[in-house]
Amino acid sequence: MKRTLENIEKQFETFQILNEQGEIVNEEAMPDLSDDDLKEIMRRMVYTRILDQRSIALNRQGRLGFYAPTAGQEASQLGSHYALEQDDFILPGYRDVPQLIWQGLPLYKAYLFSKGHYIGNQMPEEVKAVSPQIIIGAQITQAAGVGLGFKKRGEKTIAITYTGDGGASQGDFYEGVNFAGAFGAQTVFVVQNNQYAISVPSEKQTAAQTIAQKAVAAGIEGIQVDGMDVLAVYAATKEARERAINGEGPTLIETLTYRYGPHTMAGDDPTRYRTEDTDNEWEQKDPIVRFRKYLESKDLWSEEEENEVIEKAKEEIKAAIKEADNTAKQKVTDLMDIMYEELPQNLQEQREEYAEKESK
Amino acid sequence: MAQMTMIQAITDAMRTELGNDENVLVFGEDVGYYGGVFRATEGLQDEFGEDRVFDTPLAESGINGMAIGLALTGYRPVPEIQFFGFVFETMDAIAGQMARYRYRSGGTQSMPITIRSPFGGGVNTPELHADSLEGTMAQMPGLKVVIPSNPYDAKGLLIQSIRDNDPVIFLEHMKLYRSFREEVPEEDYTVELGKASVKREGSDVTLIGYGAIVHTALKAAEQLEEKGVSAEVIDLRTVSPVDYDTIIESVKKTNRAVVLQEAQKQAGIASNVVAEIQERAILHLEAPVLRVTAPDTLYPFTQAESVWLPDHTSIIEKVESVMNF
Repeated sequence: MKRTLENIEKQFETFQILNEQGEIVNEEAMPDLSDDDLKEIMRRMVYTRILDQRSIALNRQGRLGFYAPTAGQEASQLGSHYALEQDDFILPGYRDVPQLIWQGLPLYKAYLFSKGHYIGNQMPEEVKAVSPQIIIGAQITQAAGVGLGFKKRGEKTIAITYTGDGGASQGDFYEGVNFAGAFGAQTVFVVQNNQYAISVPSEKQTAAQTIAQKAVAAGIEGIQVDGMDVLAVYAATKEARERAINGEGPTLIETLTYRYGPHTMAGDDPTRYRTEDTDNEWEQKDPIVRFRKYLESKDLWSEEEENEVIEKAKEEIKAAIKEADNTAKQKVTDLMDIMYEELPQNLQEQREEYAEKESK
Repeated sequence: MAQMTMIQAITDAMRTELGNDENVLVFGEDVGYYGGVFRATEGLQDEFGEDRVFDTPLAESGINGMAIGLALTGYRPVPEIQFFGFVFETMDAIAGQMARYRYRSGGTQSMPITIRSPFGGGVNTPELHADSLEGTMAQMPGLKVVIPSNPYDAKGLLIQSIRDNDPVIFLEHMKLYRSFREEVPEEDYTVELGKASVKREGSDVTLIGYGAIVHTALKAAEQLEEKGVSAEVIDLRTVSPVDYDTIIESVKKTNRAVVLQEAQKQAGIASNVVAEIQERAILHLEAPVLRVTAPDTLYPFTQAESVWLPDHTSIIEKVESVMNF
């Protein structure tokens, strides 16, 4: 009998363009990006790193609510996002707020989302997205549906959805990729394999050598990408997007990455399940460090430019948290008003009660 | 007008809305080519094509998750859950996702999805094919739960459910699918959601139910008439939200009520109706409000079904006890 798993690792070899030293190691896969694009990607990664640092600080001061740190995952999040068009539809996981922000979600709304205010979940007209999913994997079947909707309407847009290595264990993950394959949905599934689902390491999630290979069972394309290499993530997503809109079906992209911080700011302590050695090993692969080296080698980036981005980020963050703080608190009556298109009798009666209470 | 069974009326409602609105999509397991295991979608794929009426892979969570995605792209999905006992496979897609979308999008995103599903007992099915889980659904704010008891209502309620911009769980009692025919208009018409219907007027006691048990109540009312008791019968038609105005108006007239459901006694629709009656009309009551339900066990294997399900004699007993209180 032929051994099924024999060639898996070879077939799903990690796709890389930029190595840890900031050198192009895969010239032929180099995506068609202008110098301005390259600089913009760098600006976004630096900005997002600062946003993460400030958000963690704000959380520690008690000024934010739910927050899932993003440092380490910039290449996976922003490289894949940079391959999108404005009309593409994003179904993010709870850590994927940066993609929404770069798609046009105002920063103060991202903070309102964190602070548990429904206005934070209202996407601006031009942002085709749903708010970050909290149930691991629930967005994956929905993304298959959005991608099928685009196909039915003949639109040249895609659905992109994000989850993690833990999410790839959910039943909804398998149902989602299978449905997308069966219907030829215009969907790109991104699994950011950041090595830990809270505390459980990815090798305990599955016996599979890669998450990318799970595409095979669904009959769709799959690729494993160096998730700390923004050029590789961009190129893989761009190609998957092209295939999707050309009727060649969905793609599963696994990005190998790492979250430097805790799972969320609600008491997770990564030192209990990760070693400093592992942290260091991944920090050597840092997406910003290597991309900076690359841009510097092309004379495209300077310390001055980086400082400008940092200052801009800090200013905008300051203004955003202020605006979030100044937003009127959500009331129970606000919630009642958006439960249904029209208030049913029970809620009409209860609304009167709460309107009375809340007017005091 | 045509004579239709309830299942024909349901098919007719889907045909009507597939014709009226190109965004309506009908799909599920065996729904397309085969026309559904109960033939509820028979002929629809032929008439509207595979793009509008189609088979899905066998996975309930996937079906409803996909329905959400289709709704996000402007469609009006009408997925079928082949038997409502399979709903546990898709509780997150329904209760965790669909029901929450309007709120979780800050009121910007509606979920115009109608999940159709056969439910209810008395037709000799294997395990998990006959449960009455409407109480589980009604517990979930954001959903509407609709249960027709006859062909006319089934068509009008289903058309209205499909047009509704909030998710509707539309439950079709299997025993009613082909048990009788009645006049059903061929043109389109709607029956308002959240409005009960007085099926029989009476002055001594109000019987409140929904689905198949409405017919059991009507049978009981006939026999009670012979004993000199005039029973009013209310068909809720929508169990979430419940039309309390119609119930309370009736109870204020009869001063007595018995609430009926085929589901187990614990939690559920009937308990809530009883609570609302006593909150809203206790001073009008001549007797405690009683319930007729199945016992608090799992739905039984088929041999015990007929004794487990409440019948007209149990309704008559409860009515007699409120009359003699």
